[in-house]
Amino acid sequence: MPSRGGLIGRRARGLAGLAATLAATFLGLLFVTFVIGRVIPIDPVLAIVGERATAEQYAAARHALGLDRSLLVQFGLYLRDVLSGDLGTSTLTAHPVLEDIGRVFPATLELATIATLVGVLLGVPMGVSAAVRQGRLADQAIRLVGLFGYSMPVFWLGLMGLLLFYGDLGWVGGPGRLDTSFQFVFDLDVPRITGAILIDTALAGAWDVFRNALTHIVLPAGVLGYYSLAYVSRMTRSFMLEQLHQEYVTTARVKGMPEWRVVWVHALGNVLVPLITVIALSYAQLLEGSVLTETVFAWPGLGLYITNALFSGDLSAVMGGTIVVGAAFILLNLLSDLLYRLVDPRAR
Amino acid sequence: MKPLLEVEDLKVAFDTPGGRVEAVRGVSFTLGRERLGIVGESGSGKTMTGRAILRLVQPPGRVTAKRLAFDGRDLLSLPERGMRALRGRRLAMVMQDPKYSLNPVMTVGRQLTEGLRRRDRLSAGAARRRAVAMLEAVQIRDPERVMGAYPHELSGGMGQRVMIAMMLIPEPDLLIADEPTSALDVTVEAEVLRILDGLVRERGLGLIFISHDLPLVARFCDRVLVMYAGRVVESLAASELEQARHPYTRGLLRCLPAVGGPRGPLPTLRRDPGWAE
Repeated sequence: MPSRGGLIGRRARGLAGLAATLAATFLGLLFVTFVIGRVIPIDPVLAIVGERATAEQYAAARHALGLDRSLLVQFGLYLRDVLSGDLGTSTLTAHPVLEDIGRVFPATLELATIATLVGVLLGVPMGVSAAVRQGRLADQAIRLVGLFGYSMPVFWLGLMGLLLFYGDLGWVGGPGRLDTSFQFVFDLDVPRITGAILIDTALAGAWDVFRNALTHIVLPAGVLGYYSLAYVSRMTRSFMLEQLHQEYVTTARVKGMPEWRVVWVHALGNVLVPLITVIALSYAQLLEGSVLTETVFAWPGLGLYITNALFSGDLSAVMGGTIVVGAAFILLNLLSDLLYRLVDPRAR
Repeated sequence: MKPLLEVEDLKVAFDTPGGRVEAVRGVSFTLGRERLGIVGESGSGKTMTGRAILRLVQPPGRVTAKRLAFDGRDLLSLPERGMRALRGRRLAMVMQDPKYSLNPVMTVGRQLTEGLRRRDRLSAGAARRRAVAMLEAVQIRDPERVMGAYPHELSGGMGQRVMIAMMLIPEPDLLIADEPTSALDVTVEAEVLRILDGLVRERGLGLIFISHDLPLVARFCDRVLVMYAGRVVESLAASELEQARHPYTRGLLRCLPAVGGPRGPLPTLRRDPGWAE
């Protein structure tokens, strides 16, 4: 048993190592996006000056972009720009890319967060119940629900959902984040604080806009949440089955602990260790911009932004979006690493 | 005097896709406040016998018996709630390897006080004092520090002492020790056994000591059951082990090397299919 001081020193070293790893990963990410930017068959100069530019105009634009210098210098300049927060200007929207992303990313973040909450709050209890009733009807039913979520393409589920709940039943709002009428109210009266529509409208007390936004987000969040639930419940079930066969579970029973405590405190405490990574990865995947879902639901998020940028040769926007997605991955990894230390004393 | 535990024709069977596997096939014995050893090789059914008494055999395992009674109460017909109350208070079990039998993500303190806090509704302070006192009873020198430690921070011997403390905290009447020292070094084994022996004597517990180590059981227990293929093949007083009659027991005894004995190869146990009948 190490002494307290030694433990703190070890922990500090561990965190310093983690920070170094993160910095290196981020640098690698920037390098990869830079290389991608140079190798994809899009000519950024052409995208700006157009096809009818003269050779002089072309050369001048090329020089202005710094593309006539050596790759190493270009990478250095790119690093300097990115680190100072300059991701370039989008040729499509004519806004700085960072500003664009600041506008679209919260929409994706809001969607992914609600979907992950749905996936975890329903998926974990479902997975645990299935494991406890292994092989019985409840287990089969839960596994079937999961399997369905696994195998249905997200765009099909989204379209069918729109058809049924919006088209036929009219229970939910249609594509987009708001009805057009509410969009005006939102644009004029609601200050953008977080960019998340539900939070901003609630903060402003604009409850009618809030309710309308809610009817719009329910379906895409539900579809993505179902997808996340399928994955989380399945992994929870298998982790739980593994833990229920461990000897410490028998120990808890020998101590006369009620079965709910054996499962939900003793076993689940150990299930959380691998589950945190699973949840973080699933969250990161949703953040990456569920391109298909955002397209089906006309959701103005990061996925839709990157896709549009890609189709119109807007290189700065593509690279900026990629960096944000990559940075989100890195941050979530860091978060899951920290949580991991919190729930597993052996990792400290 | 009423016996503490009565076991008659105990059977444990598992229905698997490959057919029915009978782990215990009709074991009978009674136990007072004495120390009973159950010996046998791996797969002889000794562990399952112990778990069946605590009703800890999980499905698809099935336990049947003509009689399985603790302190006059029939265990097989007892509802789960009543069984839980017995398990927490009067029946306890020390398992083989503290590396696996202690919850890795809970502090020792939380695991020790869990029963006191949750069932006996003791205050945090009172539960903690009881736990620390029990850790002292199993001769842990620095109980306050061990309370805050996690299982992976303890050595095997310390872990097993924590396990013994945890099981003895509710002051049970019957303790089942399932190979409590087979995961430990020989020197640590002696120490843990000495502590266990002292506590069992001092508190007058009934003890079922399950082991594959025949001489150890003979030294430690009053009476020995020898199991083979799910049955008891011989039951005798520990002091009369030398006079064992069953060929399996005799065979086991012959396989043991002796200090200063002949150095030739040890005899191999010749199994007779008739023993399993």
